[in-house]
Amino acid sequence: METNRTLIAYYTVVRKDVVRMVRLWKQTFLPSMVTTVLYFIVFGSLIGSKLPPIHGVSYIMFIVPGLVMMQVIMNAYSNTSSALFMAKFQRNLEEMLVSPMPEWTIIGGYVTAGIVRGSITGVLVLGVGLFFTHLTLYSIPIIIAAFVLTCALFSLGGFLNAMFAESFDSISIIPTFVLTPMTFLGGVFYSIQQFPPFWQTVSLANPVLYMVNVFRYGFLGTSDVNIGLAFGVLLGLIALFLILILWLFKRGAGLKT
Amino acid sequence: MVYFSTVTSTPAVAIKELHKVYKGGTEALRGATLDIPAGDFFALLGPNGAGKTTLISILAGLTVKTSGTAEIFGMSIDTNHSLAKSYLGLVPQEFNFNIFERVIDIVVNQAGYYGIPRAKALRDAEAILKELGLWEKRTEKAQKLSGGMKRRLMIARALIHHPRLLLLDEPTAGVDVELRRSMWKFLRKINAEGTTIILTTHYLEEAEQLCRTVAVINHGEIVVHEPMRALLTRHGDKDLEDIFMELIEQK
Repeated sequence: METNRTLIAYYTVVRKDVVRMVRLWKQTFLPSMVTTVLYFIVFGSLIGSKLPPIHGVSYIMFIVPGLVMMQVIMNAYSNTSSALFMAKFQRNLEEMLVSPMPEWTIIGGYVTAGIVRGSITGVLVLGVGLFFTHLTLYSIPIIIAAFVLTCALFSLGGFLNAMFAESFDSISIIPTFVLTPMTFLGGVFYSIQQFPPFWQTVSLANPVLYMVNVFRYGFLGTSDVNIGLAFGVLLGLIALFLILILWLFKRGAGLKT
Repeated sequence: MVYFSTVTSTPAVAIKELHKVYKGGTEALRGATLDIPAGDFFALLGPNGAGKTTLISILAGLTVKTSGTAEIFGMSIDTNHSLAKSYLGLVPQEFNFNIFERVIDIVVNQAGYYGIPRAKALRDAEAILKELGLWEKRTEKAQKLSGGMKRRLMIARALIHHPRLLLLDEPTAGVDVELRRSMWKFLRKINAEGTTIILTTHYLEEAEQLCRTVAVINHGEIVVHEPMRALLTRHGDKDLEDIFMELIEQK
């Protein structure tokens, strides 16, 4: 397929899913904002006001980047997993599979839509956070890079999940039993420096810790982990997921009979 | 609407020794070999589970073959799959569009997947939807359409990129006589304009009326492949249904 035709095909995949998520804004964007308001009220204002500063900033200011990242991760993941699974379930994914567009166009289209959903959600949640506290900006390029790469990684994760999902349960198990514990234990609400050395080391095995910390670094200029290592983990996982998905897609795994 | 003129010596479809074994061991195709000339109106007949849909799905890229080769207008589905796919349009057996999408969006998005710019896709969608009597319903969600309209929508979607080869997998199942006749008329017209058509159907009268060549597949093997007229002539006063039953029982 020629390059300009491939780009039109890619744009069509993205456009279709962005139109869907905007049309369903009550299901896609609103719940994250409501949940985050509750987090800010309970953990930020009520409980957080009684806690000592972490890394030299108030508790509520400390948790804002983590809460944004938590919603970004969940939204990027669930957007791709639900969109692809529904397309599989209703069999309209066949519309794309019979067309001449390359596999990467389909993967890239869904992942881009996941990035769009994660980004819109992130900006909205960040906006909500500004009603509760002010934020400093330490490095805008790091904020944007962490944001986009995290969206991309979890969109790919959602894609992989949907490839093998055979029921609606299959796409809710990972967010409930894997992503939620990983984000809660990924330094959203605390610094791992508050832990004994053993648990600090254990925490380093959680990839979400790196994403939350690199994003927080972009705002506050402090982090529990090395920023270079954090970007390395993000890029490494993206490359791993991408290679795995492309390989599986070419074999027709989960999508073709 | 003008479709491709496809008078060429390259067969529209050339498959050799096609095998498909599904997970679990079901052998759907056992060395199917078939050449379908460009411009033909071709009937692929067989009882349920004979391998018709598997064969069509392999050509359309929805099923991965176990072994054998398949070419569409000379393009291998393995080595030139993008070009091979660009030549074909598929009307599957079951409705497979997003029922929450509008009619116009289903057709225009399909054009987009083939790399057709949106402005051109909108113009072409208008033409094909008008031709199939769906233009008035363009802003309706697909779930609101009647069964017959849904069938026509699948044909419109399959034709939006002007394919040289149209695969129709039981396109008139559950369609009333009047609509079936109007679909026959439309299919004859696009075939006369050069589109090669492969039709699977359980309505043997339909195959007899429309198709110039017939193949019968049973247990994954092609058991008959010849011009429709020659087959009917060879069997004297029997109609296609009698011949079909005879062939299936023999096997």
